[in-house]
Amino acid sequence: MTPDALRQRLATLLPGARPFPDDSARGQVVIVLEREALPDALRTLRDDPEIRCEQLSDLTVVDYRGRTPRFEVVYQLYSIAGNHRVRVKVPVPEDDAVVPTASGVWKAANWAEREAWDMFGVRFAGHPDLRRILMYPEFVGHPLRKDYPLHQRQPLVPEHDPIATPWAPRTPIR
Amino acid sequence: MTTAPGSLTPHRFVEVDPTSDVMAIQMGPSHPASHGTIKFNLRLDGETIVDVDVEIGYLHRGFEKMCEQGTWNHCFPYADRLNYASPILNNVGLALAVEQLAGITVPERCQYIRVIGGEISRLSDHLTCLGMAASELGAISAAFYMLEAREFLYDIVEAITGARLTVTWCRLGGVMKDLPADMAERTRFALKQTRRILADCERLLARNRIFVDRMAGVGIISRGDAISYGLTGPLLRATGVAYDVRKAEPYLVYDRMDFTVPTGTSGDNYDRFMVRMAEMEQSMRIIEQALAQVPPGPIVITDPRFHLPPKGEVYGSIEGLMNHFKLVIEGQKIPAGEVYVATEGGNGELGFYLVSDGSGRPYRVRVRPPSFYGMGALGEMLRGRMIADIITTFGQINMIGGECDH
Repeated sequence: MTPDALRQRLATLLPGARPFPDDSARGQVVIVLEREALPDALRTLRDDPEIRCEQLSDLTVVDYRGRTPRFEVVYQLYSIAGNHRVRVKVPVPEDDAVVPTASGVWKAANWAEREAWDMFGVRFAGHPDLRRILMYPEFVGHPLRKDYPLHQRQPLVPEHDPIATPWAPRTPIR
Repeated sequence: MTTAPGSLTPHRFVEVDPTSDVMAIQMGPSHPASHGTIKFNLRLDGETIVDVDVEIGYLHRGFEKMCEQGTWNHCFPYADRLNYASPILNNVGLALAVEQLAGITVPERCQYIRVIGGEISRLSDHLTCLGMAASELGAISAAFYMLEAREFLYDIVEAITGARLTVTWCRLGGVMKDLPADMAERTRFALKQTRRILADCERLLARNRIFVDRMAGVGIISRGDAISYGLTGPLLRATGVAYDVRKAEPYLVYDRMDFTVPTGTSGDNYDRFMVRMAEMEQSMRIIEQALAQVPPGPIVITDPRFHLPPKGEVYGSIEGLMNHFKLVIEGQKIPAGEVYVATEGGNGELGFYLVSDGSGRPYRVRVRPPSFYGMGALGEMLRGRMIADIITTFGQINMIGGECDH
């Protein structure tokens, strides 16, 4: 489907979706949804005979620190049959960072949501097995949040003896 | 029952009933038969896998966090280290994403030589995957033949980029070095040797009784499940879906190349093996066509907002010096926005989702690693199978730790 036809179809299917400025998406098709609409809207995008996004290419979170709502969960959808992509963005507030899970819609969401929880601390309600995936279970905090310090160290086993191998004080790059 | 801090559900494999026949075994994280650091928490009934929980993350280095710290050009060395079996493909993927965000089109010669470099990288990726898969089944000589072919290709990579593995070849708006003068000769020699070796390996493996028994009918995933799990690349094509980003959304000059997308039918390990074998021949065809068509011309853009000026100008004129200083200190100022760009990596769809806030530094760099989603489906492929099938299935997913764990 051409991007314009896709946008029209999305507007009729999901009237609650807010448009996203076209120039900052560089012509790609992006819609912004409220999280209350979520599981049904995603299922609609998968099952609609014209849109048919059978595949969840990727799921991630962006931390817009200082903005309210702070987080945005981003779904990259792809339709193999129609050869088009749709990006769905869902704003999530910091004090109530919960989104309904998409793991019932696409199986790929299972691991992707585990990673999003691990890295950003956004929880996915109804997820069957929301554990950390890249970090170890004892890890405290969520490393890709903008307020997680770059040089913070959380060794699982004690690090080198500082007298034997003195660390030079690290200066941040930024 | 313990609940790890930070996780919301108790660990599924902590509690085991001592009176049951089901045995809990941890395989890995450092196991001689698994190339890459990974742990399988298995529950076995005899040799049958009742349940498996795949643990990744041992090679997590914070690629995305590191990318947020530097300028856009600082991301390229990190991108090399994602899939270190095919570094040029990662470089090209990131470069295309940043260029689309900045609204740059690179010169035509640069597009051609990126295709050539990328396809050489794809060959080395597939050779690594298939060679290791063969060696894990005991066919160690086939593995050494494939590594020999990879050496011929690495010689070309070394001649183009100056490095074998950590190439850092692409830049925002072009590539660092042009092709060497004797590129056609070198390529003809390397591809001739590779074709000879691949023919040998195909004779050694494709109808080998042991190999076929271990591969055919093992690690099956249905077409619907493969799509739902987000599988792409050879894993998806082995189930019969002819989805290749190079054909679906042609980037660079892939629309001018004549090549086919090989597919399998049954979605088992043997089909994955054969799809990769057939893809290598297509990659070699692309390299030959691109080399025949590559036009003369510049290999980088000259836009001073994005590309460093030549060194003569930096040392010889105040404008060049200021331009260099601004780009190095402040970075390339890309207008605020976001973009998701997919390319065909060695293992499947390699996507980059970039967010720029208008400053000279990336606000968010997200990589979509194809083998991460492949590993997500591994449990589904293994449940109910024998413990020996882990090795072949894991080998055909071709998990590259750097990419899967980013």
